[in-house]
Amino acid sequence: MLQIALTILIYLIMVIPVGIYMYHVAAGKRTFADPVLDRVDGAIYKVCGINPKNGMNWKKYAISLVATNGIMILLGYIILRIQSVGLLNPNGIGGMEASLSFNTIISFMTNTNLQHYSGESGLSYLSQMMVIIFMMFVSAASGYAACVAFIRGLAGRTKDNVGNFFEDLVRITTRVLLPFSIIGGLLLVWQGVPQNFSGNVVVETIEGAKQVIAMGPVAALEIIKHLGTNGGGFLGANSATPIENPTILSNLIELYSMMILPGACVITFGKMIRDRKREMAVAASDSTSAATSKSKVRRSLTERMYGREGRSIFAAMGILFLIGLGICFWAESQGNPVLADAGLSQAMGSMEGKEVRFGVAQSSLFTTVTTSFTTGTVNNMHDTLTPLGGMIPMLHMMLNVVFGGKGVGLMNMITYAILAVFICGLMIGRTPEYLGKKIEGREMKLAALCIIIHPLLILAFSALAVGTPDGLAGITNPGYHGLSQVLYEFASSAANNGSGFEGLADNTLFWNITTGIVMFFGRYLSMVLQLAIAGSLMKKRFVNESSGTLHTDTVGFAVILIFVVYIFAALTFFPVLALGPVAEHLTLWS
Amino acid sequence: MKESIKSVLHGARQMIGVTVVLMLVCGLLFPCLLTGLSALIFPHQAGGNLITVNDQTVGAEYVGQEFTEDYYMWSRPSAYHYNVYVEGEDGKQYYNDGTEFAGLGSGSNNYAATNPALVERAEADIEAFLEKNPDVKREDIPTDLLTASGSGLDPHISPASAEVQIPRIAEASGLSEEELRGIVEENTQGKVLHIFGEETVNVLKVNIEIAQRMGIL
Repeated sequence: MLQIALTILIYLIMVIPVGIYMYHVAAGKRTFADPVLDRVDGAIYKVCGINPKNGMNWKKYAISLVATNGIMILLGYIILRIQSVGLLNPNGIGGMEASLSFNTIISFMTNTNLQHYSGESGLSYLSQMMVIIFMMFVSAASGYAACVAFIRGLAGRTKDNVGNFFEDLVRITTRVLLPFSIIGGLLLVWQGVPQNFSGNVVVETIEGAKQVIAMGPVAALEIIKHLGTNGGGFLGANSATPIENPTILSNLIELYSMMILPGACVITFGKMIRDRKREMAVAASDSTSAATSKSKVRRSLTERMYGREGRSIFAAMGILFLIGLGICFWAESQGNPVLADAGLSQAMGSMEGKEVRFGVAQSSLFTTVTTSFTTGTVNNMHDTLTPLGGMIPMLHMMLNVVFGGKGVGLMNMITYAILAVFICGLMIGRTPEYLGKKIEGREMKLAALCIIIHPLLILAFSALAVGTPDGLAGITNPGYHGLSQVLYEFASSAANNGSGFEGLADNTLFWNITTGIVMFFGRYLSMVLQLAIAGSLMKKRFVNESSGTLHTDTVGFAVILIFVVYIFAALTFFPVLALGPVAEHLTLWS
Repeated sequence: MKESIKSVLHGARQMIGVTVVLMLVCGLLFPCLLTGLSALIFPHQAGGNLITVNDQTVGAEYVGQEFTEDYYMWSRPSAYHYNVYVEGEDGKQYYNDGTEFAGLGSGSNNYAATNPALVERAEADIEAFLEKNPDVKREDIPTDLLTASGSGLDPHISPASAEVQIPRIAEASGLSEEELRGIVEENTQGKVLHIFGEETVNVLKVNIEIAQRMGIL
């Protein structure tokens, strides 16, 4: 318990400076690294013909994002298919099969990192680097760019300029992802993560047998995998393997690197909104020449750190996270009653599928974090979690708002915030407003569509899977858990998470194609819709706050937001959760 | 019309340009830079933490191994048998239990808590363990020792799991229990700052020490 609390406390302190740095990068303000990085960026702009001064409207931004991702997909697909060439391929890996390549490339471009292959036997080092590591950088940067554009839209300084996509993509890569990756990567190597280009090593054991040990550029992939909330492992068993995650310190480094940027996104949001409000306040005080505005308003510490609007969003996400973490940790600590009956003491909790060096505490923390921040890396096997312990990661992917992946979680949460404002408005008879803009029919339709897509993808495709022999063939655990395996796979795909109930035999045509489709739509449909919401809000005039305005920067609003999220989850997902994990729990403990 | 074609072309140039440049920077330059830096600063770790005894590489510090001899400490069960195999007379490769080697892999069987196969495996392992360790009572077996890890490569067991094996190892190896406890203690890693993580015993390092004291290495 103590180690979980301390781990989170350290996070809350660390996220603030990183959030401030991210805000400076996103808002185009000065940072200490500018003298060097301005030149690097300038060179890249020149080679690619980018003029960062050319702003884009939301449509152009969205098209640039999707089309650029499309080109990356094409190039990556080709490399996967021809990876058997002798270049950087010391282990002699063959080319990847077509449907698996399709699934893999969509998976990595959409920041999902669902893996239907095993890294040690499925990818050459060339693919690991030029496809996987490359995609880990750019998919994270794309998601974050979309989020920054979305915030610019909400902050609404201009009527139609949400920024330049290419500039955002490059700046985020060179100023945030690359420097953090180099430092974090070195720390991981220090802890014992290999980083080399040599082939797998075969050793003779002291019992006279042979053992083959995986090698390769693991640390480079490992750091951006977490930093970019990607989650696809170098090896099949991901961060559970002592090669990717050898010590408790490497575990903490990986944990923090996946938590830090999504949290920092919320701070960026809070500060960018605050900037706009301040400017408006200054403009207002100039024009009305009211004498009152000069008096200094006392601001609390959290407000200064997170910004008022950012604070309530951060609080709502934080509370949802802690509730999930508590349930998961409790469920895992209870152990498995069936094993206890067989005579195996369960005093350590449920250890099947967990590593000794992490134990139940760090495993359940990692599990909750990886699904809340939609990374999808695992340091234990989620399929072997107790029923309720496994329900939490599933639920958090279904919610998809508990911090969420790079930027996307924030965009989803704000969609829920718009919904919450609307519902409250209906209940108390006030005009719904958010961040000083009226919420009207068009925004509500887009928001509703956005919120429906996610459950629709998960539930419809799960129904398809359990309704067809090809889908059923993937299930490897009997009983209710079989449904959980299917549900988890599609929840993970739609939320662009990428972890799995790995028992599922998913490298088949059916699973490769269906999850590929779900990942694609789960990513781009909601992203485009959310940019459309921002674009539509931008065009509106700011409304003045009146006594009728619902304040969205209060604790009360954070609580309302949590309830709205849970109510929507209950309405859409409770029936199917009852058939899967809940039923499994009840039979296990009966 | 001409203008719109021009702008599409310009857009395409930016997209392709940025793709190629970022692919080279992130996919090639970055891993090469990190490889170079790590080889300079942390050469042992970057090379995979290989353990060499008498000029022979016998394993890696953070990759577990399967041990079958009674005088060695045993690791947790693994679906991939820790990628340890022997070459059969027919030229094929086999795991220690006689099944065919599946090639380098990692992971677990992914048995759900309710899967009957999980209990079957645990019960069989408990019986086998009790047979080889007659002094141990059934309820004293720590749960980590007979549950499979997530990776199938877990290099550690808990100190309690090391302790229950000591009487067996002492009898089979001829070393005294005190000496063995000393070896285990030397290779036990505590929690970081007494807070983070769990206490772990590195099985491979313990066994290398046992082999050296027995004079067979």
